[in-house]
Amino acid sequence: MIQAAIAAGAGLIVFYLVVKALDLDLGYGFLSGPAGFNFSNQWLTNYDSNDSRLGAYGVGILNTVRLVAIGIVMTTVLGVLAGIARLSDNWLVSRVAMVYVETIRNTPLLIQIVIWYTVVLLQLPRIAEAINVFDVFYLSNRALALPYVSTGGNFGPWLIIVVVGAVAAIVLRSWLRRREERAGGTQHATAWALALFAVVSVVTFFLTGTPLEPDTPSLEISEVGLLSIIGGLQVSPEFAAVLLGLVIYTGAFIAEIVRSGIQALPRGQDEAAAALGLSGYQRMTLIILPQALRVIIPPLTNQYLNLTKNSSLAVAIAYPEIIWVGKTMINNIGHAVPLFVLIFATYLSLSLAISVVMNTFNRRVQLAGR
Amino acid sequence: MTDNDSIDARVPIIICEDVTVSFGDFQALKGISARVYEQEVVVIFGPSGSGKSTFIRTINRLEEHDGGRIVVDGIELNDDVGNLEQIRSEIGMVFQQFNLFPHLSVMRNITLAPQKVRGVPKQEAEEQAMELLERVGIPEQAQKFPTQLSGGQQQRVAIARALAMKPKIMLFDEPTSALDPEMIKEVLDVMGELAHSGMTMMIVTHEMGFAREVADRFLFFDEGLVVEEGTPEQIFTNPKEDRTKLFLSQIL
Repeated sequence: MIQAAIAAGAGLIVFYLVVKALDLDLGYGFLSGPAGFNFSNQWLTNYDSNDSRLGAYGVGILNTVRLVAIGIVMTTVLGVLAGIARLSDNWLVSRVAMVYVETIRNTPLLIQIVIWYTVVLLQLPRIAEAINVFDVFYLSNRALALPYVSTGGNFGPWLIIVVVGAVAAIVLRSWLRRREERAGGTQHATAWALALFAVVSVVTFFLTGTPLEPDTPSLEISEVGLLSIIGGLQVSPEFAAVLLGLVIYTGAFIAEIVRSGIQALPRGQDEAAAALGLSGYQRMTLIILPQALRVIIPPLTNQYLNLTKNSSLAVAIAYPEIIWVGKTMINNIGHAVPLFVLIFATYLSLSLAISVVMNTFNRRVQLAGR
Repeated sequence: MTDNDSIDARVPIIICEDVTVSFGDFQALKGISARVYEQEVVVIFGPSGSGKSTFIRTINRLEEHDGGRIVVDGIELNDDVGNLEQIRSEIGMVFQQFNLFPHLSVMRNITLAPQKVRGVPKQEAEEQAMELLERVGIPEQAQKFPTQLSGGQQQRVAIARALAMKPKIMLFDEPTSALDPEMIKEVLDVMGELAHSGMTMMIVTHEMGFAREVADRFLFFDEGLVVEEGTPEQIFTNPKEDRTKLFLSQIL
């Protein structure tokens, strides 16, 4: 304790002397001034270069969060599938999964992101020659346009009804479950709940006048003769490259975690469940996965945190997440120390938030038994 | 029941004809033919690697046979999954390593399969589980988790779990081999009680004293074949085969 206190005190004195010597301004007043630069990628915001630097940093945070949130979901799906595929009895399936895992996890992520960007996405044709897939996908080196939905006037009310429907379905399911436990037999609780939800959603969808319309992109020529892709969901090649890099890289590690989690269980668990007459699905969901999850979740949390921190590599191809925003500001006006402290604090908060969620989940899974 | 004619007059519940099982190049079972009749207790013994565990695991298809045929309670064991799940729910199995589900309480270990496979109501399943726990002598452990119990208690829970499915046949694969010596008796007592209640049982065991008490018939396995078959009297006092004699002289 005493040593730590002395070290901290000495550190503070050195820091004070350095600040004095370099005459640094450690305040955050500069954040209220106009940024003077704008974003190639924005999400949910309409930032303008005259808005404050604080706002610019906010856009950076949104860009990071978007990358991390979508990345975690996609990499989990990819990783679980690849992990199960490696255990497959099918020779081809398990070999493909093995080649994927071994090549991806043994090469640097930075190189992979740069390759996705420069070798794959930037090699796509110009907009004028965009690759047209069935008139719904347009792939060009300026944007990947995917079909999406646009919201109509009654979207808000309809969304509320859908949420209410979902809650009702959950209530119905647990009621049927209780009845099943009390009376025995099978009440098909999940099937009935899904049916209720589907009927409510679909019927009110038409009653409210189809609040969601499909929005497919199309190639259009403006009045001055410029080609552009209109509508749909437009993904920038920078975002796509970073997302692909993060998802595929992290997925390889998650695949190994899932595989080892399932293999760590004694074979007797599956055999005992089989000997009781439980079906393959029941064995997986009631016996294998609940136990495998206990082994899987802690290292899985690590991978989510790695993905979060690795998202900073996006700066290499100028995707405007927080590092890029900070770097640009430092180039413009300095204030490196407070900006790096801010970036540090942002990653720390984001990582801690993920940890809290995953630890809560982990505690619930670990609660019973061993 | 020492009279073979009277046994053959009864209906066999398990029929095995020339069953073979291979693991890669190694043939573990080289053609086993055997019958088990209702309410009969059959003890399988023999040196390690003789195929006795493999044989008992083949009866509910934890190992697949690649030749011959197996009929359990009138249902042929084959690739048909519906058949398989039905046969498995009629056969209780107790393993050397207990294989209780560590993430579920003792109570849930016992009620899971009756509820999920048989559709028994929760309350009924729990009442039945308590009766079974009383039968195996540990009703006070119902709410504990398997790892909180001793080996002997775990194995008794495993027997209760298998009995909860109301099986017609019980298979025991070296049920006391992983137990400390002082716990072997408590498990054997439960098995003895079960045998006297008229359960059809197949037991792989090295506990020859116990086996001699409960068994109606012995099968001596060696190198993937049934070398000798007979009543306890016959096997212990007058074994026909030299290999049986040798093995018995080594373990007794």
